[in-house]
Amino acid sequence: MKNTLPRLAVHKFSSCDGCQLAFLNAGEALLTLSRRAEIIHFSEAGWENPLAKVDIAFVEGSISTPKDLERIKAVRESANTLVTIGACATAGGLQALRNGVKQFADWVGDVYASPEYIQSLPESRPISAHVKVDLELWGCPVTGKQVLDALGDLLNGITPVNSSEPVCSECKRSGHVCVLVSKKEPCMGPVTRTGCGALCPAFGRACYGCFGPAEQANTASLAKQFEHMGLSAKDISRRFLFITSATQPFSDTGHGYLEQEDV
Amino acid sequence: MPIPHYLPHSSLQQLFEALTEDGYAIVGPQAKENRIDFGEIRNTAELPWGIGLIQDAGASQLVDGPKNRCFAWANGPQAMKPLLFAPREPLWQIRHGKNGYVVDAINPETRRLAVIGLRPCDLSALRIQDQHFLEGQYPDSHYGARREGLLVIAVNCTHPAATCFCASTGDGPGAKESFDIALTEDDNGFVVETGSPEGEQILARLALKEALSTQMETAADNLRNAASSQRRSLVSDNLRDVLMSRLDHPHWDEVAERCLACGNCTAVCPTCFCHAEIEEASLGGNHSLHSREWDSCFGERHGYIHGKQLRPEIKQRYRQWLTHKLATWHDQFGRSGCVGCGRCIACCPVGIDITEEAAALLK
Repeated sequence: MKNTLPRLAVHKFSSCDGCQLAFLNAGEALLTLSRRAEIIHFSEAGWENPLAKVDIAFVEGSISTPKDLERIKAVRESANTLVTIGACATAGGLQALRNGVKQFADWVGDVYASPEYIQSLPESRPISAHVKVDLELWGCPVTGKQVLDALGDLLNGITPVNSSEPVCSECKRSGHVCVLVSKKEPCMGPVTRTGCGALCPAFGRACYGCFGPAEQANTASLAKQFEHMGLSAKDISRRFLFITSATQPFSDTGHGYLEQEDV
Repeated sequence: MPIPHYLPHSSLQQLFEALTEDGYAIVGPQAKENRIDFGEIRNTAELPWGIGLIQDAGASQLVDGPKNRCFAWANGPQAMKPLLFAPREPLWQIRHGKNGYVVDAINPETRRLAVIGLRPCDLSALRIQDQHFLEGQYPDSHYGARREGLLVIAVNCTHPAATCFCASTGDGPGAKESFDIALTEDDNGFVVETGSPEGEQILARLALKEALSTQMETAADNLRNAASSQRRSLVSDNLRDVLMSRLDHPHWDEVAERCLACGNCTAVCPTCFCHAEIEEASLGGNHSLHSREWDSCFGERHGYIHGKQLRPEIKQRYRQWLTHKLATWHDQFGRSGCVGCGRCIACCPVGIDITEEAAALLK
């Protein structure tokens, strides 16, 4: 019986490990999962078997080093279905802030005592830039529900729902106060993909855009509204160039305002 | 028409007590976190006394209002809609049984609600929602269960916001029907009218005096002023033909440049009723929960049919919303879907104004 269970792997690339907590913090659901699937590789939880063939591989982290680049190809080879979890794997992550920065080599020298040990690719890029990805789960971090719902759907043979509606939809269903309209906070909710349950607006804070762009992200219009609200070009660029800075249309809008600031 | 009575502010608590005696949970407005929010209240002190509200395109701000008034504001983002049409609710669960699948219906828990503070625009919206959810071929049992036993205590609008235009749609500022009790506030209390036997029965227990002619004149004056103070208006209450003949108007592109497709307008619109149904299969694979949630014609799944997105662009989605609301709504419900509450204007993060857009499209 055991041998017939679907086989899972959880891989980590350049990342903070936070998205893997979606599994580690799942509590009782892990007992249910153990009846539905067998975890073959998950370094953070103790299973070390990186090249084993699996049905579903979850991948956290971006491709940021030459070694990452080699490994992701092997992971893709090993898995029937590859699911990226989190902003790093799906969008390049915070570390993609270095993309296109000319002084990058100097920074490495400034930060590390022995920079010769640092081997980085010029850019941090999402998994999909290098191999085929079957499902991308956004978030910084992803939520446990998001990952387990997707996994449950895959195990049940259903195409996972992967909503790309804006945070506003969830915010209004939850009855939170609109921080943009009532508090004039530079909330990214109207252009950001849902998934967090409108967490920041629930606490009266503006959305940071952790889950990346929503399906129809009219960033130009929202940025113009931020201008009307009195934000500087620098502040506007920082709203868009943050957790998913390498993703369109956040990237173009953010860099557009960054250039205005440079002028 | 029953004779109007007068309910002094000092006797409002008696009304609350009568409602409680009759087994109603009272829902009313409160000033909360910089907005007017409807929630359960027990005491009249919880009402937004001395609160005013400034609303404009993309802006809403609580301010100090007249100290001796508790209804000196127009509206908050929501009133009746979420109380009857739940933002998200489970409908049924399906599970493996001995002889195949078993479907368990999930019925909503309901209470008899007395809602105080609904505006005439909200009453018009309630009529439309009733028509949609209850009067078609397939009445909605969840909406129906919540609607049953609802007691409506309307408060006529003496302080419209800059975003209000109910006078032009014919839905306010005074309520004509669809209420059990209707109040018009002045500095000392309310002129009270009843619109149903339930309303009369409750008022009869309060031993109120008949309203004086001066009190009734003040109330009528206040409502006349509320109507004449409105600066926004919809150009005509039937834009069906004129909008449907302008589906290729260049202004749709102009709106689409500003529109965020965030769906806030549809979420706060008291007549919008679109929902999506979602299926959540359990990780264990033995049951699945079927729910529905508010959806929006600005969202991805609204225009998606198997294998095809019918409205891939924001322009098409905004056009869908506006032409449904102001044009094809007439075919469906015999009136426009806009009740002039202005919520979509105040709650749009970029301040898109339905009255301005409609006017631009007529040019």
